[in-house]
Formats: sequence, C-alpha cells, structure tokens
Amino acid sequence: MTRTVLTVDDSRTMRDMLRMALAGAGFNVVEAVDGEHGLEVLSAHRPDVIITDINMPKLDGFGFIEAVRVDDDYRAIPILVLTTESDPAKKQRAREAGATGWIVKPFNPEKLVDAIRRVAA
Amino acid sequence: MDELEAIKVTFFQECEELLADLEGGLLAMEEGAGDLETVNAVFRAVHSIKGGAGAFGLEPLVRFAHVFETLLDAVRGGSVPNTVELAAVLLRASDILADHVSAARGLGDVDMAASAAMAAELAQWTDPNAAPAAPAPVAAPVVAEEAAPVIIGADDDAMDEDDLGFVFVPQTITVEAQAADAELIPSNVWTVSIRPKSDLYRKANETALLLRELNRLGPIKATLDDSALPALENLDPEAAFVTWIVRLETEQDESAIREVFEFVDGDCDLEITRGEASVEAAVAALTATTEPVAAVEPAAPPPVELIAPVAEAPPVEAAPVVEAAKAAAVAPPAQKATPVEVPGPGQSVIRVDPERIDRLIDLVGELVINQAMLAQRVGEYGIAPSSNLAMGLDELEQLTREIQDSVMAIRAQPVKSVFQRMPRLVREVANMTGKHARLVMDGENTEVDKTVIERLSDPITHMLRNAIDHGLESPEERKAAGKNPEGVVRLAALHRSGRIVIEVSDDGKGINRERVFGIAVKKGLIAPDLQLTDEEIDNLIFLPGFSTAEKISDVSGRGVGMDVVKRSVQALGGRISISSRPGQGSTFTLSLPLTLAVLDGMVVDVAGETLVVPLAAIVESLRPKPEEVRPLGPVGSVLAVRDSFVPLIDVGLTLGYREESPHPTDGVVLLVEGEDGSRAALVADAIHGQRQVVIKSLEQNYQQVEGVAAATILGDGRVALILDVDATINLRRREGGAPRPPEPSLIAAE
Repeated sequence: MTRTVLTVDDSRTMRDMLRMALAGAGFNVVEAVDGEHGLEVLSAHRPDVIITDINMPKLDGFGFIEAVRVDDDYRAIPILVLTTESDPAKKQRAREAGATGWIVKPFNPEKLVDAIRRVAA
Repeated sequence: MDELEAIKVTFFQECEELLADLEGGLLAMEEGAGDLETVNAVFRAVHSIKGGAGAFGLEPLVRFAHVFETLLDAVRGGSVPNTVELAAVLLRASDILADHVSAARGLGDVDMAASAAMAAELAQWTDPNAAPAAPAPVAAPVVAEEAAPVIIGADDDAMDEDDLGFVFVPQTITVEAQAADAELIPSNVWTVSIRPKSDLYRKANETALLLRELNRLGPIKATLDDSALPALENLDPEAAFVTWIVRLETEQDESAIREVFEFVDGDCDLEITRGEASVEAAVAALTATTEPVAAVEPAAPPPVELIAPVAEAPPVEAAPVVEAAKAAAVAPPAQKATPVEVPGPGQSVIRVDPERIDRLIDLVGELVINQAMLAQRVGEYGIAPSSNLAMGLDELEQLTREIQDSVMAIRAQPVKSVFQRMPRLVREVANMTGKHARLVMDGENTEVDKTVIERLSDPITHMLRNAIDHGLESPEERKAAGKNPEGVVRLAALHRSGRIVIEVSDDGKGINRERVFGIAVKKGLIAPDLQLTDEEIDNLIFLPGFSTAEKISDVSGRGVGMDVVKRSVQALGGRISISSRPGQGSTFTLSLPLTLAVLDGMVVDVAGETLVVPLAAIVESLRPKPEEVRPLGPVGSVLAVRDSFVPLIDVGLTLGYREESPHPTDGVVLLVEGEDGSRAALVADAIHGQRQVVIKSLEQNYQQVEGVAAATILGDGRVALILDVDATINLRRREGGAPRPPEPSLIAAE
C-alpha cells in the first residue's frame, strides 16, 4: 500500500524538494503551507507520516505538532521535524511538543527516506 | 527540464517573493511600524531563502543569509532591540542578499567586499562586544576579520542560529567502547537493553521499529521482559512497562547502534554493551539504581515481525500543556489557512510551460483571423444579416473574442513584480547622488500581459534614475526652496483606454528649459532660431545624443540617454512623454498596449492600400465640409473641429503612397490623439470598419519602418500595415511642415 506523507512547509521550494524526493521513493505526498493548513489537510488525507517545518506563519511547527498530539485520531502519526536548526534547544522544544524525529536541512532523498523508515511502521 | 532544475526555478521565483516580503517588512520597521509579527515574517523570509539555498548548495548565499538570519533571530528574540537605525542596516543587507540571489541565479555579481563588510556589520549588531567569555576563541576572529561569513561558512549545512561563532559539529555520538576492551572481546556480538518510557510512545515512536532498525544492522534475538507488567485490570494503557533485551550480531560499530536510538534519546533507558550478556545481567545493568527486577525466562527469540503487536503501546493521554494548541487546532475553518498568493497544494494551481500559452495565443490569433475571413466570405455571398448563418457567425465572433480575452488573461500579471524592485533602486540612486528620496508607488496590482511586463523594467528603471538624478534637488537646495529636504518620487500604473500607463513623477525642480534649449542648440540638434513651445523643449531630452547632466554622474552617465528609453518604448508600441513645471517637478508618462498580441483597429483605404489605424488613438471619424478646411503655409492645411484647429495629415503622402494629396473633403478624416495629447486629422480615402487584428511584428521579419507600427493579416488574407499614429504625426511635423513646423497647440490657441 502506498503510504501518504503530509509535508508542511511555507517554502514552495522546500515543498517541491520534499515532493520530488518522496514521490521518487514511492510515497504519496500531500502538502500544506503552514500549521493551520496542515491541520486541515490532515483531516482530509489521514497521512501515515508528517514532515513539518518549524518556522511558519500562522501556526508554527511547535504549535502544529502539539495540536496533532492532542487529537486522539492523529496522535499516533509519526512527525518528523524538518529544519535547518540543529540548535539543541529548538530540537528539544520540538520533541517536547511531540516530534517523533527530525531531519536536518539540507537533506538528501536518502536521508529523508531513511528517517521516514525509522518512524513509519 | 530536469525536475531539480524546475525546483530551482521555483526557488528563484520564491526568492523574488521573499525578497519583496523582506523589503516590505523592513520598510515597515524603518517607519517604526514593525511589530513582532513583522519581525517574524522578515526572519522567515531570510530563513526560507537560506533553507532553499542550502538545498541547492549555493554556498555564498547561504553564508550571507545565515549571518543575516542570526541577527534577525536575535531581534525576534528581543536580545537586539528593534530600532529604526537597525532597520536601515537591515535594508542595506537585504539589498546585498538580493545581489547574492541574483548571483546564484547567474545574473550579475556580488561585490564580495561589500558583502563581507555588511556581514561583519550584521555580526556587530548581534554581538557588539565582539568577545563574550565562552565563544571568544571562535567569535573573535569572526568579528576581527572582514570575511566573517567565510569563516562561518566552513561548515554550514547545519548552522546554529543564535551564536555567530558556532561552528557546526556533526551529530557525532561519543563512542564509549574502549579500544582495549574491543580487542579482548572476540565476537561482534552486542547486547542492547531498551526500556521505553511512556514519552517514547507519546511522540509516536515505536519499539517495534527500533527493533526493526537494529535488525538492519545484523541478526537479532530479542527477549521481552514483561515482569513489570501489571495485571490487566490494573494496566494503565498509556504507561510503559516492558523492557527489551536484544542480542545483536553486527559488523557495525557502537555509533551505528546508537544512531538507531537517536530519535528516542532520553525517552528510554538504553544500555549498549559489547558481548553477550545474560538477560538478568542486562536488566540489572539497565535498572542499576531502580528496583530490582525478577529474572525472566529467556523466551525463545521472537521474530521481529511478531514483536510489533506487543510493542504497540498507545501514546499517553494528552498533556494539559497543549490545550492552547488544541484551541488553535480547532480554529474556525472560515479563517482561511491559505493566503491568496500562496495557493494551497494540489489542485488550486497548475503550472504551465509559458510556451504552451504562447502557442495557444498564436492559435487564437489565427482563429480570429479565420473567423474574420469567414465573416467576410459570408458577406460576399450576400447572406442576410438575419439569417441563421449570419447570426451563427455573430455568435462565433463573440465566442472567439471571449476565448481571446480569456487566453490573454492567463498571461496577465500585476506590474508588482517590476515595481517591487524599484524601492531598492531608489535607495541606491539616492545614496549615490546624495539626494533624499522617498518612493511612493501606486497601482501595483494593475495587470498587463506578461510580455509587456518583462519589458517594463528597463524604461521604469531609467525614468526613476533620471527623476532622482536630474529631477530632485539636493537636500540643501530643497531646503533653500522651502521644500521638504526629502524629495518624493512617485511611480504609478493605471489602465487608460485599453493601454497601461506608467507615470514617474518627482517633486523636484522641473526641467530647466533655457538650459535644455541651449544644450540642444550647442549640440547642433536644433537650429538656434527655432521657435518651440515649452512642451517641445521638454521633449528635446528624448533626442539622440542629448544629456543634460553638466558632469556625467555615476548614475545617469552610462551612455544611455532618454532617447534609448524612448526607442525601446516605441518598439513595444508604446509612447513616452514628459510634462514639467518649473520648481514643481516633472512627470514622465509611459503608455503601452496591454498586450502585444492583438489590437482593435479601424481598417481604412489609403491610395489603394489597406491600413489599420489603432482604435485607441482615434477620437472620432468625420467627413470634413469644405469650409472647415483652411490652408496653412505653402503646403499645409488645418481642419476646424469645433473650437480648435488641427493639422491635416494625408497618410498616403506621409507614407509615400502618393505625391499629390486629394482634397480632404473627398475622403474621410480620422481625428486622432497622440500620446502627448496633440491632435491631428488623418486623411484617408475610405473606412472599412472596425476590426480586431492580430499583430504580426514587422521588425522580426523586416525592420522598423517609421510610421508603421506592425502588420496584420486581414480576413481576406491580405497583409495590411498597422499605422503608428504618433510617428505619423511626427513625420509630418518634421517633413510636411518644413521649414517651420505647424504647431498644433499654437493653432489651437488662436
């Protein structure tokens, strides 16, 4: 069964990069442009894995992750945080919010697929 | 195009938008209107540019963006105050960032010295003391050396945001296995003990997946210690009770094993030891300080696949901390998550190769011609207008026109993309010339065909440069004249009678007509005794070889005069004019067709030739009465139209179709208005009616012909030339009216 990945990033470039890498690896990709949008898309597509950026307008990555984790329907979905910040404090905050794992930008497709494999059943 | 290349194109498009957002935000900050959200947006813009640039390995851009972002993050965090002075610095930094983007795109170069200096300046803001205690050894050289970003850039694929002096250290895990021990232990066997905490599940991690990952390193034998598992009736489904002891055989080292647990670091008790340990020993080691655990039956090693269901502990209940987030999550859907300019994913936007649209436009053009041809044929057969056939043709015409409009609308874009580059230009030119200038923009959302947009940039750039360099006075001069030392330059776009009009105006000193006239005489461009109106003197600056700057300044002295601007505008079927009031400023008005593909025109006969006169230029058509035609000078004549007189121009004579003009009363007269507002009466032999024609450039196939704007193919398949009204008026002024050109405005004032 094709797995669906939701990517949440305000940068079109990044969404395109993710789409290219994920589609190339056989994933079905759905996209959202910020956290709020992410929550909408989430309910429409029920993804198997979520990849989200941190810095986004409206609802940032932290808020988005927290919102997913409080929802009984979605809280078991693995969330990978995608960010350039290797800063331990930010990563820690993302983890506290409920992030399953992280990918440091810039990523290559292997790294990305590797991270998904590690968190997705 | 390769997919990555396509994304790169997207990236640069996005950069344009982000740079515009950045500049907009910074301008707001400069005006003291930058709230936290503005700062956040500004930060995100730079952050996204950096992120994308990193993905494409655009090193210099990443480096500069990083320093920039570091400072913005500090502003965002409040450690650097958000002041107007800072905004000014950030604006200059944004200009350099834009240069980096252009350079990465292969357009232009970056002044590396200026970039390095700016990076150092930005770094200074983040860390004014240059040498705080801890990161001193790293930070000090950064500040000391001009090439700050280069140092940081040494490892920048994962850079720290908060500390400029941070040097990226790969996510290495300390390998604790002692080399000596390694020698002693004969096998490549490891014992990995894992006791998940409930947090591991709360974050949607899975023990089963960890075991699967371990299995990728080599064969495993996993043992479950469920001794801590309470009886079912006492079981808290959200808590974690089990421990796994895994025997792993692998050629990999300990860091590879630890890497498996990277995401669950801290969310489980983990013990990795070399060699085979008994389950009891392993559990004991893991438990160390906690309560002792009873020995477990070393159960038969369950295959990893079977483990999965066991490990499926559900995530814990939501913590109250996240209540706020939940509130955000259920925010009313009415509040659209997708702003207009950021279309949502999937269906709402499709990307199309522009070539396909161009092809479509071409085809629709052919369709228009074909439809016109069909209508003409039907007319020739004398079919009654009320017949079904004729009515069907009318509908076809309607539909064709709608299709054409719709297709053109696909390519229509707001002029914003051009306008948004201008604030920077104004800043730079003002800096270079020592003037204070403020740019006011209007009508950025005015839409025009993409082909026109692409060619607007140069003329606007030039007119703005000119306005600041030649139009505005120095701050001292302005003060002396009782004006605000800061000059205002206005850039506006609007639609006017089927054309787009761009106005560039300044509130400077206006054109010094005496000097302009003097220079034109000195340069031999006009005769010293020539009588010219103010307006004509103003328009002298468009003459080739004219430059009013006494000394060639940095800005305007690039060998490109207003004549070049005028020519490039004319090549687009546009016109440029100037009006000026001494002491109050000048206004350049540029008018262009909305599209370069079709034109509404009046088809006329002149000396046996068929011509198309652009409808936009025609005020009215009339049949002059003999008493309305008055001679002027030896060859010229004028036409009385209501209260004024306009010069009569025989198109056939002007274009060289005939030597002798027929009397105007024998033909029809088209009263036309030039872009500068001057009127003329064009004499033609007959009018065939209005028609939409597809413009076929003459220049591409032949060359520019004065008086002729382009060509088209008519319904009957014949080629017709499209008249350039302004050029026709000018031709006549120069040739027909010699030695002294008849002056329409003088005559009108009679």
